[in-house]
Amino acid sequence: MTSTITTRGPGVRTDRRRTVRVGPFSGVVRTRQLLLPVVALAALVLVSAVSLGRGDYPIGLGDVLRTLVGLGDPTQQFIVTELRAPRIVVGVLVGLALGLSGALIQTFARNPLASPDTLGINAGASAAAVGVIVLGGGSGAAAGLLGGLGLPVAALLGGLLVALLIFALAWRQGVDGYRLVLVGVGLSAVGFALVDWLLTRSDIQDAAAATVWLTGSLNARTWDQAWPLGLALAVLLPVALALSRQLGVLQFGDDTARALGVRVGATQAVVVLVAVALAAVAVAAAGPVQFVALVVPQVAVRLAGGSRPPLLASALLGAVLVVGADLLARTVLPVALPVGIVTAVVGAPYLLWLLVRGRRSITA
Amino acid sequence: MTATLAHPDLRAAARPRVRLAAEQVRLAYGENVVVDGLDLELTDGSFTAIVGPNGCGKSTLLRALGRLLRPTSGQVVLDGKPIARTPTREVARVLGMLPQTPIAPEGLTVADLVARGRHPHQSWLRQWSRDDEDVVAEALRWTDMDGFADRPVDALSGGQRQRAWISMALAQGTDLLLLDEPTTYLDLSHQIDVLELIARLHAERGRTVAVVLHDLNLAARYAHRLVAMKHGVVVASGTPAEVLTEQLLADVFDLEARVVTDPVSGTPMVVPVRRLR
Repeated sequence: MTSTITTRGPGVRTDRRRTVRVGPFSGVVRTRQLLLPVVALAALVLVSAVSLGRGDYPIGLGDVLRTLVGLGDPTQQFIVTELRAPRIVVGVLVGLALGLSGALIQTFARNPLASPDTLGINAGASAAAVGVIVLGGGSGAAAGLLGGLGLPVAALLGGLLVALLIFALAWRQGVDGYRLVLVGVGLSAVGFALVDWLLTRSDIQDAAAATVWLTGSLNARTWDQAWPLGLALAVLLPVALALSRQLGVLQFGDDTARALGVRVGATQAVVVLVAVALAAVAVAAAGPVQFVALVVPQVAVRLAGGSRPPLLASALLGAVLVVGADLLARTVLPVALPVGIVTAVVGAPYLLWLLVRGRRSITA
Repeated sequence: MTATLAHPDLRAAARPRVRLAAEQVRLAYGENVVVDGLDLELTDGSFTAIVGPNGCGKSTLLRALGRLLRPTSGQVVLDGKPIARTPTREVARVLGMLPQTPIAPEGLTVADLVARGRHPHQSWLRQWSRDDEDVVAEALRWTDMDGFADRPVDALSGGQRQRAWISMALAQGTDLLLLDEPTTYLDLSHQIDVLELIARLHAERGRTVAVVLHDLNLAARYAHRLVAMKHGVVVASGTPAEVLTEQLLADVFDLEARVVTDPVSGTPMVVPVRRLR
C-alpha cells in the first residue's frame, strides 16, 4: 500500500516522500532513507563474508556462505565459527553500537562534534582499562585473568562513571548541547591525562599491551565479548529507534519541542543514557575504536539526505566501517594493525571528501 | 478576576470564556525575579498584543503562558485546568507557541517543518495519517508557502521563514496561539505581511491569539486588546485607544510622544517626540 503523496491544489509538491498506510499504521518513507540501510546491510554481509574467508587459511566466499548455513566441512566449520566469527561478530556489534551512539549524541546535542570520542566516554573507559592493565600486576596468570575478565568490566564502569559526571555537571533543568560538549571535552582531557600518567608509570610490556588496547583492536575476541554486547544492543537498539520521532522534534530546540508536546527533560535523559550505554559496551568489548561514532553519522546524513543522521543507517554503516577496516588491517596492509588506526585513516578522509564535495556545511 | 474563574457561568453571557489565564504568577530565572504577582486573562477569540519596554518581562510572561517556563509561585490555567498538571501533549493539541527565534535544523525542507506541527497528533503507529497530510497541505497553501514546500528552510528569506513557522503553528491545529515577537528582523513590508497573516488566522480561523510586539503602532492596528507591561507588572490593559495614551507612554516607555489617529485604520498612532529622563 504505497502511493506517492498526492498533490492537491496547485504547487504543493512534496516529492521523494512516499506515504505508507497499512491497517492502523501510517508513515512517510523517503526513497534514499529507505535505500541506504538496505545497501549498508548488503555491504555489511558482503564485507563480513569476505572477512570470514581471509586469514592464514583462506576460504572461498562460496565455502564461507556454505559453512554459515551449516554445510561446510568440519575444518572449515571450526575455523569460521570458532576462530574467525567471534572477531567479525564483535566488529559488527561494536560498529553498530558506535554508529548509533554517535548519531544519537550528535542529534541530541545539535552539534556534529559531539560523540562518545569527544565527550570523554572513551577517555573514561580507557583510563579504567589502562589502570587494570598497568596496576593489575605485572605479567603471568593473574594479569591474564584480569585482562580477560576484569578489563571489559573496568572499561564499562569507567565509561559509565564519566557519563554520570557529565550528567551531574551539564544538567541544568535539562541538558544543553553546548554545555554537554564542553563538559565532555574537559572530562576527556582529564581521562587521557590519567591514561598518560598510568603509561609513564608502567613497565614496557604493560605499556605495549595498553597501547594496543587504546587504539581499539579486534584481535583475539571470543564469543565471551560478543554475547554481552549483543544483549546490550538487543535492548538499546529498539529503544533508540523508538526515540526517533521525538529526536526529530528535539532538533528544533527545547522551547519549540516543548511547545509541540515533547517531554524534553525526560526524552533527553533517555537519549543520553542510551547513547552512553552503547558507547560504553562497545569500548568495553574492543577498546576505544576511534572516529567511528564521530564520522559515520555525518557520512550517513550526507548519503541519506534529510536534516539529521539516520539512526539505523548510521548503525549499519558503523558496522561496515569497523569490519571493513579490520579486513583491511588484516589482509591488505603489510603489518597487521589494530582496527582503530584504520577506522581513523579511512573514515576521516572520506568525511573530508564529503565535506569538500557537498554544499551543506555541517549538520548535527 | 479570580471570581470570574471560580464561577465562569455567572459572567458567561456577559463576556466570552477565559481560555488561558495567569494567576498571581511569579516568574524567575534563578534568583532573578522577572515577573511578580501578575494576573492576565485571554478570553476566547481575543487578539491580544503584549507591549512594553525591553526587559519588562513580556516574553517571559508569554513563555510561562505557553508552559515553557514554570512559575515559582502562582499558576497558569488553560481551559479551567492548571497547565502544569495537564500532560504536555494534550496541551500541545490546544495551545501552539512560536518562540522568538526558533531554530530549524539545516537541510530541513519547508514541508518537513510544517509536517512537524502534527507531532502532538501523531503516535508511533500513526505517523502520517490522511488527516496530517490534508492539514499540512492546507497550512502550506493558506500561508502561500505551497510553492516553497521542497525548499530548505535555511535557504528562505526572513519573511518566508516566518511564514513557514506560522504555517507549522497552523498545522498544529491549536485554537490558541502565542507568538513571541514574530516580526523581529523583518523589514516593514514583511512585518505587515506577517501581522496580516496572524490577523487572518484570528478573523478567518477563529484563533485566540496573543502576540508580543515591539512596534506600538502595529500592535494598535492589529490587536483588539493591548496589555502594557513594565517591571514585570501589567500597567494598563484594554483597547488600543484606552491603553495608548500620552501619559502611559511617558510612564511605561519614558517617552514624550503625541498620540494621533492612524489615518488608515483609525487606531491610535504614536508619534515620538523625545526620550524623557
